[in-house]
Amino acid sequence: MTTPAELIIVAVILLNLSLAATGSLAGCIRLAAAQGVIAALLPLLAGCGVPVGTLAFCGAVILLKGAVFPWLLTRARIKANVRKDAEPVIGYPASIILCLGAFAASSWLGARLPLPETARVAWIVPASLSTIFTGFLLLTTRAKAITQVLGYLVIENGIYIFGLALFVEQPLMVEMAILLDVFVAVFVMGITIFHISREFDHIDTAELSALRDWEPGPDSSGGIRRDEV
Amino acid sequence: MINLLMLVPLLAGLSAFFIADDGRRRILLIASAALHLSLTICVIAARPVIVPGAWFALDPLGLLFLGVTSLLFLGASIYAVKYLSLEKRDPGEDSDEGFIFNNEPETVFTGCLLLFLAAMTAVTASRHLGILWAAVEATTLLSAPLIYFHRHKRSLEATWKYLLICSVGIAMALMGNLFLGAAGLRSGASLDLESLLSKAASLDQAWLKAAFLFLFVGYGTKMGLAPFHTWLPDAHSESPAVVSALLSGALLNCAFLGILRVAQVCAAAGLAGFTGGILILFGILSLMTAAFFILAQKDYKRMLAYSSIEHMGILSLGTGLGGGAVYGALLNAVSHSLTKAGLFFISGLILAAYKTKNIPDVKGLIRRAPAAGILWLAGFFLITGTPPSGIFLGKFMILKTAVSGGHYAAAAAFLFFLAVVFAGMGRIFLEMTLGEAPALKSGEKPFEASRQLLLPAACFFACAIALGLYMPAWLNEIITGARNLIGGAI
Repeated sequence: MTTPAELIIVAVILLNLSLAATGSLAGCIRLAAAQGVIAALLPLLAGCGVPVGTLAFCGAVILLKGAVFPWLLTRARIKANVRKDAEPVIGYPASIILCLGAFAASSWLGARLPLPETARVAWIVPASLSTIFTGFLLLTTRAKAITQVLGYLVIENGIYIFGLALFVEQPLMVEMAILLDVFVAVFVMGITIFHISREFDHIDTAELSALRDWEPGPDSSGGIRRDEV
Repeated sequence: MINLLMLVPLLAGLSAFFIADDGRRRILLIASAALHLSLTICVIAARPVIVPGAWFALDPLGLLFLGVTSLLFLGASIYAVKYLSLEKRDPGEDSDEGFIFNNEPETVFTGCLLLFLAAMTAVTASRHLGILWAAVEATTLLSAPLIYFHRHKRSLEATWKYLLICSVGIAMALMGNLFLGAAGLRSGASLDLESLLSKAASLDQAWLKAAFLFLFVGYGTKMGLAPFHTWLPDAHSESPAVVSALLSGALLNCAFLGILRVAQVCAAAGLAGFTGGILILFGILSLMTAAFFILAQKDYKRMLAYSSIEHMGILSLGTGLGGGAVYGALLNAVSHSLTKAGLFFISGLILAAYKTKNIPDVKGLIRRAPAAGILWLAGFFLITGTPPSGIFLGKFMILKTAVSGGHYAAAAAFLFFLAVVFAGMGRIFLEMTLGEAPALKSGEKPFEASRQLLLPAACFFACAIALGLYMPAWLNEIITGARNLIGGAI
């Protein structure tokens, strides 16, 4: 049996794979936004009746993830004047294999954490966990500050999928407070990226490595010994 | 009353952004801090009844951390006002690399400082785990601009790491909250603490365990438990002394409160053994990491940061052991906050006197700035738990419980790493305090520490010593109440 909600879950998982495989920064921003919007439709399809509060909340989420975040990130990308590709530390095939492996592991975990019968959509737990893993993958294997924010957003998408498919009945205030926090987080990160690009002339986080407990030896490249300065 | 506690710093913080006059803004900062502390004292004296279902209420656990936060903030605001006026007079030259940098506008700094207090107050008062989460994340976002007060590369790097690591960490805590919701789905429990506790027995155990793990990793990141601590030394070493003091003394406690709340639920559901094991394991791991990094440390602010990781490890260990150790851990939390804040205040003075954070370059502190030198040494004895101090009592209770409970390996590791930390910090503190001070460069004025900068540290140290000698009845009542909440009465 295929319900629209299950189709959304499939789309989310496919988007995870494309996020792992996409090299263009602008493409990644669009894919993450698409995933956010699609996931935001979930609570509308999962239940039978949709209260006005939920409708308003989903509208706010779609507006934020589909319009505001991509706009903020694109603006940061243009202002920081970065190269167009995502510059992964590991290759794209490896990323895709890791992503698939994560999905397999999430399916296994999902089978071990059975949802109570009130849950209405199958495959929620695996989809959510593998989305979170994809977010971590973006966070750790892509060098740019922007892709790190994207990773954070994808992790948030994964959490959102799990949350909203299950608890449409949460108090609206709580959900709004959480959404506000995520919004401010992306906003503050955007400002920080702007400062980083101005201060360093790049937003390559691999080179944000001045703070450490031991200075690298004189033969290793990149580090400047503090006592020589 | 509780709403007022959050509203005062919120409104003051928002208006601080729009007050152009430095003098007025600084008065506002101290006045709101003082008002917040007096309100807190009123709440502690009145002991409000907790209305079931309310989102904000103060139980003994919340009261304890609120009291510490509020007291610390008053000290910090007194220090900050003097610090800001000094910073305004001569703009910054970087202590390590010698370049000139600008400071963040003082309006933004003061505003964020006050909003940060509002967010921390909300953390201590939340009774709904969703609200608690939102408040903890708000503390991260509001303190990021504080770390980036000195606008240069290293502080920017620290801010970025702090923002990203803590935000992702706290995203894990959000997942944990949802798992907690899944655990309560069948029995109809919401994320309200009251309903979770009353329906604890019927929560789904597999989901509850998963929820605890996620929440532990999430809030543990923010609390600075190893191995999730990587943001902590950077943020503490690069931010102004007053911000480091608040991060260490108040913010880490708030994150710890997040873990305590879940532990409370798990204990009520009969999972105290499961949570205890994890808390003990990561407590020892944090102690080990801190001891290792303190031994070879070259930067005195980073050393203090690792000492905070050590103390967070002690709190985790004490809570995990249960029984009397929980009392010890809470007492340790209070004394650590006071002592560590004082030490960070003094570290700011040392940085001003020597213009370096490098330990080998700081010598003869007691000659160059006698008052700061004496306080620095006193702080060392207090933080390492030399009697009489609250930290000594706390550690002793934890050790006693560990031995009587048969946790011999944990007790041995605890003692060993405490000894390593003592030796490592002892060497650093003595090297810095004693010896011959380096000669002043030509044109350099001899350093004079302002009384306003010394006073908060001196008062905090006096309190920390007093806690080791005499436990006031009201405080004992609060700590005992808090211990009973976490299940320490078993």
